[in-house]
Amino acid sequence: MNDLQKFEQAQLKKLAAQTEKKIPVFAPGDTVRVNVRIQEGAGKDAKTRIQGYEGVCIARNGGGIHETFTVRKISYGEGVERVFPLFSPSIDSIQLVRRGTVRRAKLYYLRDRSGKSARIAEREREIEAPASTTEAVAAPAPEKKAAAAG
Amino acid sequence: MRTGLIVQKLGMSRVFDAKGNHVPVTLLKVDNCQVVAVQTAARNGYTAVQLGAGERKAKNVSQPVRGHYAAAKVEPKAKLAEFRVSEDNLLEVGAELSAAHFVADQFVDVAGISIGRGFQGVMKRWNFGGLRATHGVSVSHRSPGSTGQRQSPGRVFKNKKMAGHMGNTRITVQNLRVIEIHAEEGLIAVEGAVPGHKGAWLMIQDAVKKPLHKDAPKPAGLKGQGAAATAAPANGQEAPAEAAAEA
Repeated sequence: MNDLQKFEQAQLKKLAAQTEKKIPVFAPGDTVRVNVRIQEGAGKDAKTRIQGYEGVCIARNGGGIHETFTVRKISYGEGVERVFPLFSPSIDSIQLVRRGTVRRAKLYYLRDRSGKSARIAEREREIEAPASTTEAVAAPAPEKKAAAAG
Repeated sequence: MRTGLIVQKLGMSRVFDAKGNHVPVTLLKVDNCQVVAVQTAARNGYTAVQLGAGERKAKNVSQPVRGHYAAAKVEPKAKLAEFRVSEDNLLEVGAELSAAHFVADQFVDVAGISIGRGFQGVMKRWNFGGLRATHGVSVSHRSPGSTGQRQSPGRVFKNKKMAGHMGNTRITVQNLRVIEIHAEEGLIAVEGAVPGHKGAWLMIQDAVKKPLHKDAPKPAGLKGQGAAATAAPANGQEAPAEAAAEA
């Protein structure tokens, strides 16, 4: 591991230590709900509230600390896509709502579809859940749990 | 005026700030950065420190240069550079500098050789617009167009922007904010991009257009002075030691 990778690993550890946030394992095709922290006002009046954004994850891009995912939803008849950095501190939490069956890593074809054909079939048989239900990259999380217990 | 450091560019990454914004950073490594020579007003007519960084095999260093290193009792370096300093910021020959020379949130200037791009046309080199894609333009879509007027002046003015060699020049980027310092690993993370390719040697110095950060160690952040701790506590430890030295 070179110095750059070590630096990024350290950043990820730092981010994981800051919050209790668990990132579920999700893939393109899954419906997720992203709870985003939104700051209102500035200076002393600044308040943060949490806004949910629910839609289909149509892509995951990048790796490590740079990883992002794209969530598409239809809002008042208009398609909306938002790109979130996976490890952004402004994401309060991510909930996995529904798993979908897809055969592609990037679901950009959904942009050209609407209505019935834009649906994604739900994954029937739940795939055996991995030992850790959180992202593998958030490795320090179990350590922290152990420390808290001890 | 303090000395700067010779650093090696590792590449770019990102960090998230307290607000959740992501900040693009360039990682710079301070590797084996030592004072090789000192220029004094009495002997040279100006004050500066010559720093060396990196490693070089002795067999690849010419005899006279090997003598120069031997005089300083340091191992041969991959890169040598001189930094002008004020008299009170002169350092001892052989002293090793650490990344804690800089502190988080201070501003720095970074100089280095930009990536060479070879012979380039005016559109890439000077952001000219080129000619139209259609409407009768033939073969010259990326041409510079006219280079001047008519019989008077009858020549092309000097410094006219034209095609030519681009890049591979010394560039200084000013006022980059230092985001993080990891003194034990010798890492400095500055916000934004710096010239040069990965692995390039760069010169990093306090920003000339901003006041010096109050916590910045004077005359320099040397290895062994609380280098085990990160920048902020290191400065706390260095300040009293420095005061004692002055007294």
